[in-house]
Amino acid sequence: MTDLPRTQHIVASGVVAAIGVAVAYISYTQEPAAAFLFPRMISTVFVVLALWTFGKAVLGRTKVGNGLDQQAMLNILPGLIVALVLVYWAAKGLGFYTATTIVFFILLSLYDPAPHSEVKSWIKRVVITAGFLAVMYGLFAGLLNVFTPREIFF
Amino acid sequence: MEFLAYFGDVFAPINFGLLLLGTIGGLILGATPGLSPTMAVALLIPFTFRLEPAQGLILLGAAYTSTVAGGAVSAILLKIPGAPANIATTLDGHTMAQKGQGARALQLSFLASAVGGVFGVLLLIFLTPVLAKWALAFGPSHLFWLAILGVTVIGSLDSSSVVKGLLSGCIGLWLATIGFDDIMGAQRFIFHSSVSGGINVIPALIGLFAIPQVITMFAKGRVSLDAEVLTVEKHPIRDAFREVFRRSRALSIGTITGSVIGLIPGVGGQIAGLVAYDQSKKMSPEREKFGTGHSEGVIAAESANNAMVGPSLVPLLTLSIPGSPTAAVLLGGLLIHGIFPGSDLFDNNPDVAWTFINSMLIGQILMCIFGLYVAGLAAKVAQVPNAVMAAIVLGLAVFGSYSVQNSMGDVYVMMALGTGMYFLERFGFSAAPLVLGLILGPIAEANFIQGSMIANATSNVGQYFFTGPLNVGLIAIVVASVAYSIWMELRSRRYTTKDDAVRKEEALS
Repeated sequence: MTDLPRTQHIVASGVVAAIGVAVAYISYTQEPAAAFLFPRMISTVFVVLALWTFGKAVLGRTKVGNGLDQQAMLNILPGLIVALVLVYWAAKGLGFYTATTIVFFILLSLYDPAPHSEVKSWIKRVVITAGFLAVMYGLFAGLLNVFTPREIFF
Repeated sequence: MEFLAYFGDVFAPINFGLLLLGTIGGLILGATPGLSPTMAVALLIPFTFRLEPAQGLILLGAAYTSTVAGGAVSAILLKIPGAPANIATTLDGHTMAQKGQGARALQLSFLASAVGGVFGVLLLIFLTPVLAKWALAFGPSHLFWLAILGVTVIGSLDSSSVVKGLLSGCIGLWLATIGFDDIMGAQRFIFHSSVSGGINVIPALIGLFAIPQVITMFAKGRVSLDAEVLTVEKHPIRDAFREVFRRSRALSIGTITGSVIGLIPGVGGQIAGLVAYDQSKKMSPEREKFGTGHSEGVIAAESANNAMVGPSLVPLLTLSIPGSPTAAVLLGGLLIHGIFPGSDLFDNNPDVAWTFINSMLIGQILMCIFGLYVAGLAAKVAQVPNAVMAAIVLGLAVFGSYSVQNSMGDVYVMMALGTGMYFLERFGFSAAPLVLGLILGPIAEANFIQGSMIANATSNVGQYFFTGPLNVGLIAIVVASVAYSIWMELRSRRYTTKDDAVRKEEALS
């Protein structure tokens, strides 16, 4: 195993182990004890398995999971940031339909393989985005009557 | 034969319309690489809120059935399995298409899927009531062990690492405890207001299945789908009919293998297809033709992955224990409509249960009929660029999660779980046991508490949970499944995760 996946495995299993330890600590210290009986059982097994996995990662004996190479991370980063901004701020701040439309168009622009220099491909992206917005509005506002936050436009 | 009394309900105009919609939509969704049946069903759940329970289930059941079959279209015409269940179909199906026999391969795959699917649903029809009566004998201790069994079996068999599979199950069980305790009303692990009412299963399912797929599409970057769609020449359907039944060995191996594998909790469709393909090859006198565009390969693989669908719902409908991730999603769909599966489902809601099951039977036939006509369109949809697909799935996931209870908290939870799951999957963890843990956690805990109370009043906890033939039998299965998986892992002869299965497929091709 090369250094990058090994480090990644140590970090990933370390985070899981830390969560396991925190869950076990809370389960065994919080009251009323009866409410935490089942969490105590689970967290005990959770901690044992998580520490086992962490130990294997530290020793470099993890055999499953390829981790993420640098190129994949670079590819993911812009899309993930846009998606997180949509969910944790824009959807509520700008309104669901406005935010989703903007995010949809940004994602198409970021990941669509069609060249950015062609006017035709930009027109295609705008048409697809408008079509998507119309379908989503029809489905959720029209058919399902879901009342989403509508801040600035609709 | 009680199911016959509810057969007419399937043909009520709205029900039949939904069945058609689910079947055709499912075929198209199934053909789209990256949209697994589980994810398709999870994304469809919000659309069932305004429907009657039976109608919602008809839509979900039809989508489940036809997404599994629809995956064969892209497997045959594009050499990209629409779902992991169709990996084995690629081996011979695409070679047939390259030889100009694409139509024949598609016809054989849909006919074999229908035969396997009908057999699987008949098994569901006849086994479910029997097992439901038997399930009446289950007490809290048995249901507790059954819930644990569901998590451990899927955790050990569906993951490439037993420890990480079981750990994923533990994470799911822990997530299920977040919120207020049912008995004492105590707050547990409420670290953010979004989870104060616990983690809602539907947004969690959408996040766990849809968001990792979206991020996987991001990871590919700005790439176009290079797959070439092979043209489909006309082929007489009558000849395909004759061929499917002439190849009865492959058909029966596929159907029986798929049905048996479907009954085992945690073993997915991709395994059914690959095992049936392998067995059919071993038992065929023309085994050297496998991999070179042999129709038996397509028939065995496709009959198996659809035969698995019906039996995979038996544990869900009889014991409320979903045996597969898709069954877990269907359980979410049932619970949203106030339907609690289990031993008394057929007494309390026979109309819903039987209409749903009957619709799956009719859905198999419709899937076969429409599959042949929708195949061309589905192959075009399968070429939708990753960027468009990722943006559509993200949009549907956000709107779908919000629509469950008009809560932004659900959207936050969906995104957090989905993003976390993507990274966990990259390190060998698996979504299936985590989902099963999340769904079965409350069942396990409720029965554990109930069992403890009974034990305190009658005997002691150890005696109540660890003695009796049923308890011992269930514990033995838990131990056996973990031991078997460890043994298999040590022998390094398994390819049960999606990534591993794809790698296996690439190696085979």
